[in-house]
Amino acid sequence: MKRNRAKEGKVDIFLAGIGGQGILLASEIIAQAALSAGYDVKKSEVHGMSQRGGSVTSCVRFGNKVHSPLIEKGSADILVAFASEEGRRHRGYLRKGGLFLQAPANIGDSLEHPRTYNIAIIGILSTYLDIPVRLWTDAIAADVPPGSFEANKHAFFVGRERGGANHDFRRKT
Amino acid sequence: MQINGSENRPLVGGFKADARPCREPGALAARLYPAPVNNQQPQGKLMVRSTERKLLSGNEAVARGAYEAGVQLAAAYPGTPSTEILESLAQYDEVDCQWCPNEKVAIEVATGASMCGARTLVAMKHVGLNVASDAFMTLSYTGVKGGLVVVSADDPGMHSSQNEQDNRNYAKFAKVPLLEPSDSDEARRFVRYAFRVSEKYDTPVLLRLTTRISHSKSVVRPAARVRLKREISFVKDPAKYVMVPANARLRHRLVEKRLVTLGAFSEKTPLNRIEPGDRRIGIITSGVSYQYCKEVAPDASYLKLGMPHPLPAKKIQQFSRSVKRLFVVEELDPFLEEQIGALGLKVEAKAPEFRCGELNPELVREILPGKKPLRKLPGAESGGRPPVMCAGCPHRGVFYVLAKLKLNVTGDIGCYTLGALPPLRSLDTCICMGSAIGNAAGMRRVVAPEERKRVVAVIGDSTFLHAGMPGLMDMAYNQTNGTVIILDNATTAMTGRQDHPGTGMTLKKTKTKKIDYRKLCLALGADTVEVVDPYDLESTTAAIRRATESEGLSVIVSRRKCVLLDRKRHAPALKVDAEKCTRCKLCLKLGCPAMRLTEERIPEIDPLLCNGCGLCGQVCPVEAIY
Repeated sequence: MKRNRAKEGKVDIFLAGIGGQGILLASEIIAQAALSAGYDVKKSEVHGMSQRGGSVTSCVRFGNKVHSPLIEKGSADILVAFASEEGRRHRGYLRKGGLFLQAPANIGDSLEHPRTYNIAIIGILSTYLDIPVRLWTDAIAADVPPGSFEANKHAFFVGRERGGANHDFRRKT
Repeated sequence: MQINGSENRPLVGGFKADARPCREPGALAARLYPAPVNNQQPQGKLMVRSTERKLLSGNEAVARGAYEAGVQLAAAYPGTPSTEILESLAQYDEVDCQWCPNEKVAIEVATGASMCGARTLVAMKHVGLNVASDAFMTLSYTGVKGGLVVVSADDPGMHSSQNEQDNRNYAKFAKVPLLEPSDSDEARRFVRYAFRVSEKYDTPVLLRLTTRISHSKSVVRPAARVRLKREISFVKDPAKYVMVPANARLRHRLVEKRLVTLGAFSEKTPLNRIEPGDRRIGIITSGVSYQYCKEVAPDASYLKLGMPHPLPAKKIQQFSRSVKRLFVVEELDPFLEEQIGALGLKVEAKAPEFRCGELNPELVREILPGKKPLRKLPGAESGGRPPVMCAGCPHRGVFYVLAKLKLNVTGDIGCYTLGALPPLRSLDTCICMGSAIGNAAGMRRVVAPEERKRVVAVIGDSTFLHAGMPGLMDMAYNQTNGTVIILDNATTAMTGRQDHPGTGMTLKKTKTKKIDYRKLCLALGADTVEVVDPYDLESTTAAIRRATESEGLSVIVSRRKCVLLDRKRHAPALKVDAEKCTRCKLCLKLGCPAMRLTEERIPEIDPLLCNGCGLCGQVCPVEAIY
């Protein structure tokens, strides 16, 4: 049976990186944006060791109805690699024809603050997803400290520009 | 005891409470759950059902459910993956929340409040219930007055635990009802339901979560807090609360009777529901496993057990008759499998190798028949970055000295267990909370005198207050003596920095009394108590040497705040003078994540990560780090 995730109305995003890169915040923002867009959302992660510099992964799934909080290996539509080594390690989660997303190496130079790197990656990711920009910025505003919102918003649009708004995620599958 | 109308409804027949209009949940709740931007409630209509959708973790949803159920008091000791339940519940002004020194105290506090008629919740990780089990087992006999729910957050796969015991067994062991939610909204609803079951059947209720329920977020529709109108006061009832043998014998009979009644209830409750589907495969499952199965086999027939203990035997038999092949999918122990097998039903289940670790959709695909694995891209699965002590971690200095002195170090549960990892490799045991001191005592009593001096126990501040004190008392009482190092970083660090009796702050962030470790240890029988700064390697080394050479019972308090507490840099980042550096790599033995080797094999310090603790400068023999 051929599986077409987009047709089923379900999008699976797997995020992989290292503790301290802001992966959990990133997945929170993606999940919030998808929730505001009216989808059923599930998000999974593991706490505890993450702040001690270990590997950190998180799954965000949204669609009409989502059951499992975990993404099955071989079925992620998008794998977002915050660190290239971690991305390579988790390539097995990506489905055939899925999108391997990694930030351009020099993206840090365009940011106001290096810690907004995760939000820049969300900016890139947002160009592949059918969620309005306002919902992304609202989700960022809700989840980052108020004082750092402008820097994070800037990072989001830096990423969004790099991502190229003409990509259509649905067509890519 | 007065119970208002809304709470007096029959338990069977769905979650009617949630269909009631959502009242203004209060300013604080509004802060926690701000109105969604694109989801405005219609104005001017009071009788509108809540359409609010919130993305909450299972833990946050348990807290929300407890708040809605009118919980008056909640108690816990932090432990991954349960910690956020109390942290989240503490945000509500209406609920009295507290960290207790350990889980046993937490359950005892809750029991006392329940005896007075208050609804109470206790939360802990799976191994915490071992500590609390003495109280829990007899609580089953006394029963409750105000509803009492014990939340056990299990950790299949041991993401952050020393074992992966299956606490569903505790429900059977203690003969209490067990509820097991499959997502966040179920967690919220099941908590509310659990309180009604608890009060109706006069029993504590065990609500079991697992890491994937606790730490996954899904959509929740919050409801209002019920208003319980009841007098909270203790009414003497020795036959119920004084568990001397004569009374306990009678209570045990009631417990057995209760179990039969609960069995009948389990048949009727909507928590155990049949979802008819393809009759060729019937799946009995619960908790997060249900979600994995629905993902992999959406068309199968299901018996979803929201209340897996006591088991609804008739419903299971009815379900088994309706399907051709009967499967049980459950994580860890064959808890359902064995009981269903005992009903005389032919049941297919996972192979024993699946009893270790957590399930996931991929493994469920292997367990269920006729499912081919998905095509996977090759990826290097092995390896993975292990966690490390933070740059500037105050534990590092102590472990560096212990490694240098080549001591046998009994360890305990906390961030400092990472001292066992290379390059420090200076922690040699880790069993459970408080084990360091008892283990050291046992070693010292059997080894030769020259080896005796090399035994040192290392225990964190929170862990010492949790379960370390009786061990120290034992060392004094039995004159075992020896050296105990208390790593006082002024927080419960590994679980995300919670306060404890040694920090001077409560869960509600009010100032309180602060334990004085010196006075405490002297009172427990220590001969000397010395406080050292682990950022000062020389004095730390001298103190540990003195302690291990002495004949008495020596306690060393290594005092320095966790670097994550205020996230302030201790001093400017250090630099390596490449010309002075002799490439001896002694500094790398500290295992600091801010240090790495350049291509020229010279150590380099990451200025963003470096905390300025200065340990590497103290270790460098040629003063090349400044």
